[in-house]
Amino acid sequence: MNRLPMTDHIPSLRRYARSLTGDAWMADDLVQDTLERACSKWRLWAVGSDLRAWLFTLMHNVYVNQVRSAVRQSSAGIAVNVEDVEHELLAPEAGDAQAMDLQRCLLRLPEDQRVVLLLVSLEDLSYEEVAKITGVPVGTVMSRLSRARSRLRELLDNPATPALPAQAASPAANTVLRRMK
Amino acid sequence: MDKNDDFLHDRINALVDGRLQPEDQAKAMAQLGGDAEALDTLRAWQAQRESLRALHRPLLDEAIPEPLLAAARRSQQGQQQVDQWWRWGGMAAAVTLAFGVGWLSNGQLSKTSAQLMAAGKAPQSFIHQASLAHAVYSPEVRHPVEVTAAQQEHLVQWLSKRVGKPLKVPVLAGQGYELVGGRLLPGEGGARAQFMFQNQAGLRLTLYLGSVDGGPAKTGSAGTTATPPAEKPNSQETAFRYSADGPVPSFYWVEQGFGYALSGPVSKDELMKLAQLVYQQL
Repeated sequence: MNRLPMTDHIPSLRRYARSLTGDAWMADDLVQDTLERACSKWRLWAVGSDLRAWLFTLMHNVYVNQVRSAVRQSSAGIAVNVEDVEHELLAPEAGDAQAMDLQRCLLRLPEDQRVVLLLVSLEDLSYEEVAKITGVPVGTVMSRLSRARSRLRELLDNPATPALPAQAASPAANTVLRRMK
Repeated sequence: MDKNDDFLHDRINALVDGRLQPEDQAKAMAQLGGDAEALDTLRAWQAQRESLRALHRPLLDEAIPEPLLAAARRSQQGQQQVDQWWRWGGMAAAVTLAFGVGWLSNGQLSKTSAQLMAAGKAPQSFIHQASLAHAVYSPEVRHPVEVTAAQQEHLVQWLSKRVGKPLKVPVLAGQGYELVGGRLLPGEGGARAQFMFQNQAGLRLTLYLGSVDGGPAKTGSAGTTATPPAEKPNSQETAFRYSADGPVPSFYWVEQGFGYALSGPVSKDELMKLAQLVYQQL
């Protein structure tokens, strides 16, 4: 049971959102949208239930909706300005090269694997809680977690795997498409 | 990845994430014992987990941006509110409060109460619209209002013109609420105005107002508007109505064909005090 007031959950929501999106601005926007959703949905929150799990569930839903609408927009032909996104992707605020590399590889995981990996690793949520938050069976959480860890390891060990668009003319464009999976 | 791999990976995950009891942990380690590849995976995933946790750790100690704090406070207030309501029980139903005996005894409805009754089902939908407008705009961070308090004069002129009645913005600074601004909204009977106030904790109140009988205020209830009262009618005669039906509770009253609703996620007592203050100033 988690009885901390809502503000005490903001730092971990921010960290999770930052790892998930790789972008400070997008991350805080996601947190903001989550808190606003909490404000309009508080009638649906069962008093006394785990506030942290509820907030992460809201954030997950907001995120999934954003990803979906981003996919819809891009398939509807609305151009993403690559130059705008590029510097955010290639120069995250994280600092050293290793952290940058980790963040970049993280963004190349399929979105559903990234979500599970981060909820488990950063928040120490149980596999059952993660299953509830993401709305999938526990078995799916487990297999996504294994796949995420295996894939992330490959990406980190072999920075020049074929998926790395070293030869592509616009590397950021590929990365952006991957993020929207 | 075959079934055995799945099982092995589940084991390794449980070890990496520390999800096993100490005795099970020893057992799991023993099972991996001879498998060099499995041990390699275990070490790699452990290192990966640590580096993920380290990645944005400084964010945990960073000061939280003010807009996020304000949004959290608004949510928290909503929660405390619903918490109280459940405790009191039965608060989902609208509560009608009466100041003075007029409202309670059928024979002696005060003038304003009679107007309120005459407006038919308008009051309920008016309160509902007020509460809804509060729920929609008060969480807004970037555009809570159309015209900010900095342009108060313009705001008042504009909204007065649109709702067909000279408006005044009540001052609630004594209670800690400052004007944020206002906006124009569509309502059943025509244009409605919303003024928004906010205190230092980021809590927001809205005053929603507009004609309740379809036309501009001056065409309704001729009896009372013909002789503009030199003094405020005693608030004892005005029926304040409380409703907790909408997303946020509201106090509602009608004066001279014009409806007012003050909404906000505060206790009923506090909202009533604020509503009376607003009433006295309008």
